[in-house]
Amino acid sequence: MTELIEEVVGKNGLLVAFLFVGIIMWLSFLISSRLTKSKIPGVAIAVFAGLCLALLGDKKGIADIPLFAGMALMGGAMLRDFSVVATAMGADLEKIKQAGLAGAVSLVVGVTFSFFLGVIIAYFMGYSDVISLTTIGAGACTYIVGPVTGGALGASSEVMAISIATGVVKTLVATVATPLVARFIGLNNPHSAVVFGGLIGTTSGVAAGLASTDPKLVPYGAMTATFYTGLGCLLCPSVFYFLVRSLM
Amino acid sequence: MIIYGVALLAFCFLAGKILGFSLGLCIGVEGDVGGVGFAMLLLMLINLYLKKKGWLKLATTQGILFWSSMYIPIIVAMAATQNVNAAISGGPVALVAGAIVTITGFLLVPTISKIGLSPKNHD
Repeated sequence: MTELIEEVVGKNGLLVAFLFVGIIMWLSFLISSRLTKSKIPGVAIAVFAGLCLALLGDKKGIADIPLFAGMALMGGAMLRDFSVVATAMGADLEKIKQAGLAGAVSLVVGVTFSFFLGVIIAYFMGYSDVISLTTIGAGACTYIVGPVTGGALGASSEVMAISIATGVVKTLVATVATPLVARFIGLNNPHSAVVFGGLIGTTSGVAAGLASTDPKLVPYGAMTATFYTGLGCLLCPSVFYFLVRSLM
Repeated sequence: MIIYGVALLAFCFLAGKILGFSLGLCIGVEGDVGGVGFAMLLLMLINLYLKKKGWLKLATTQGILFWSSMYIPIIVAMAATQNVNAAISGGPVALVAGAIVTITGFLLVPTISKIGLSPKNHD
């Protein structure tokens, strides 16, 4: 009997993931309404529960456990981007046009300041060679910019790991803290959501953070965030690397 | 039919991704630059055009709205498949840099949001 169940589950991983996430959502909304009187959104609880569950596994989070392998497909880049694009159906083109300039500025400012702040922090925490500093600074952009930059410059694997970890921490902080700070930074309209996406830039963090704050804002933030990693991969191993080298 | 909506969505997604990767190639980045953003713009434009022509049927829209509403569950699955252990074990540099950079980013939102807002748009 267990063998039979294992076989069915193993062959239908994605559907197991649908069922499992459905249960997480149901429990989260139950906790939200019963225990917090809906003060903490159910979505925020569900995303946080997801992060905690990820601790059970390793590199791929809970998907490292065979029973939940389908979670990697459900939460992978393909379906994520597909559903993000679908949210554009509810977005207002006029509002995006109006926020266009602010969005572009936020992208450039976001990548530049993340990188240099990351470099400065790494410097004060004991790193002094140009390649390590640049790689960690790039990781402070996103966890994709970090290894791309480190790979291009030939950084050590230890520094690469730190760089990726920095990007992942950024994603986690954005996911958890966005709904908490949204009120204080005026993150309640499409215009500021576009700017937010450009400044923070980690697509998954921006998307999850906005979803927990107000799902209507997701398409606006995702729109700019999607350019961020590309811009970071362009600037970090080239212009920024030379800038850091000339400063050291 | 619902599949028309899903197919339209898939078309926008693929076209956007191809555009994103081409842009990446042009500027010398091996990857997708803004693919999802292009796909979203494309979907909005096609949506607007079809609505004007009156060709957008309810079922077509439903095919897209289904995927739009699957968004949050997918994000939950994504959160559960992140390398959270690496973030915690990456050492103090990763924790400090990641947290400070993100929080400073939050603080910049109100300042940069002022760009492009005329006084009458303040609410």
